[in-house]
Amino acid sequence: MNAEELRKDFPILSERINGHRLVYLDNAATSQKPRQVIDALRRYYEHDNSNVHRGVHTLGSRATEAYEAARERVARFIRAKSPQEIVFTRGTTESLNMIAHGYARAKLREGDEIVLPPSEHHSNLIPWQQAARATGATLRYLPLQPDGTIRLEDVEAAVTDRTKIVAIAHVSNVLGTVNPVREIAEIAHRHGAIIVVDGAQSVPHMPTDVVEMDCDFLAFSGHKMLGPTGIGVLYGKAELLAEMEPTYFGGEMIDVVDLYESTWKEAPWKFEGGTPIIAGAIGLAAAMDYLERVGMAEIERHDAALAAKAVERLAEIDGVTIFGPPPGQSRAGLVTFNLGRVHPHDLATVLDARGVAIRAGHHCAQPLMRLFNVPATARASFYLYNTEEDVDALVDAVLEAKEFFGHAIG
Amino acid sequence: MQLDDLYRQVIMDHYQHPRNRGTLDESAISVDLRNPSCGDEIHLQLLVEGGVVKDVRFLGSGCSISMASASMMTEAIKGKPIEEAVELAHSFRAMMRGEDVDLEHMGELEALQGVSKFPARIKCATLAWQALERAASVPHGEHVEEETFGE
Ligand SMILES: Cc1ncc(COP(=O)(O)O)c(C=O)c1O
Repeated sequence: MNAEELRKDFPILSERINGHRLVYLDNAATSQKPRQVIDALRRYYEHDNSNVHRGVHTLGSRATEAYEAARERVARFIRAKSPQEIVFTRGTTESLNMIAHGYARAKLREGDEIVLPPSEHHSNLIPWQQAARATGATLRYLPLQPDGTIRLEDVEAAVTDRTKIVAIAHVSNVLGTVNPVREIAEIAHRHGAIIVVDGAQSVPHMPTDVVEMDCDFLAFSGHKMLGPTGIGVLYGKAELLAEMEPTYFGGEMIDVVDLYESTWKEAPWKFEGGTPIIAGAIGLAAAMDYLERVGMAEIERHDAALAAKAVERLAEIDGVTIFGPPPGQSRAGLVTFNLGRVHPHDLATVLDARGVAIRAGHHCAQPLMRLFNVPATARASFYLYNTEEDVDALVDAVLEAKEFFGHAIG
Repeated sequence: MQLDDLYRQVIMDHYQHPRNRGTLDESAISVDLRNPSCGDEIHLQLLVEGGVVKDVRFLGSGCSISMASASMMTEAIKGKPIEEAVELAHSFRAMMRGEDVDLEHMGELEALQGVSKFPARIKCATLAWQALERAASVPHGEHVEEETFGE
């Protein structure tokens, strides 16, 4: 793949930021959108816009077809057995909350356990805290190795017959570690537990096969994979979605409505109360077309190679601390680091003045920040349109920041 | 965008050598304020006697702008009537919104004016001042713990 060529598809990459070429390294927060996705949204609104599953008119059929075709597109993208295993949601956060609400709360009893690492994004942590509080279940945390990895023997030790749910990110948005979800799924299943995988940082960056992974639920967001904001996916195995309760009630999701009781459609439609995110789903399908044309395995290699290069060069700078796997060890396409005692917000401001966009903050992972004993960190995350030139720009800007704050590095 | 507009020398000096850092005893007014989106926090204590800020101390963690702003604030309000301190807080926030304020009254604080050109950093500069405004409305010996919800 040729990142230089791909860049031409992304209009925003020609923005000048404070007089500099935009070096966009905040892809883990959200990705930029190619013309193909923007055009798909425009085409939909200009030619097909209508509500779905309702009208008998021509536009109603076109919109419904395009929306359901998007569901099929998603199913193919993650190799689900059937499009009926694909629920459209607002994003990872909503997907995870729906599982915690509609599935977990009905299943959990006092004394049951939910096993998870302390490095989870708040959206794969707080819904479980809430479910535990509501049911009397308890959270049990997996230990992290100093490099952020999770050892399978620790999973073996933590998961018991009391475990009902294992919740884990496939790729950590802070550490850049790739967790062995396939093996963890196997352990969970041996104890009769289900595994919920947060795919927010994995589905956009690597080939996904839910059958091979054998996850029970998978959540991810369209906006981190070239799609629009406001659309995401909840994948669930058909038998689990059948058992799961809807979270939202209203139009679209019902079968028969009586004065005192109602029944629902089957999955996935029972989970999509109200007018769904039609344009968003169509935009996400266009994003998946684009990604597959480039090749997910290619993208995975590309992002990881840039991150590896960035880690190696940043680690050479005196005063830089790298979080997660050290240089030379495998990691996904992102790097979290700090520069001495320079606060990440100050670092990010200096980088921004050079056109380099990174994330600074707690990355929605406060417990992990406490484990590192830092209030915040800086993070650079890569995607298919980033180049080695971007890595150079990052490293140069960090060196400039070091010079600028000189004395405060200590 | 000029970085030197933001990181003026006075600011870096206060960041590296914060004034009035520390704590007062429990009879002081205490306010804890945290910005949940970025994690900056401040613990501000005021000793007000006869309507005058007799003493002030702060502890906290955050970026250079938030900590320098806190340090500069403590210097600016020490010995002032509390009403004047609150008025200064209002002027400071107006300066951050880019409004015209009488810079003569601002003294050294004028150095923070450049922050108003960096929208993402304004909330860093105002954290300590928000804490001051809360403190001014709280009786002695009481302790307030809150989160800010942006400017
Ligand atoms: C690992 C992980 N999980 C969940 C989320 C939440 O995604 P969203 O904000 O799109 O719901 C994110 C991104 O912010 C993430 O990186």
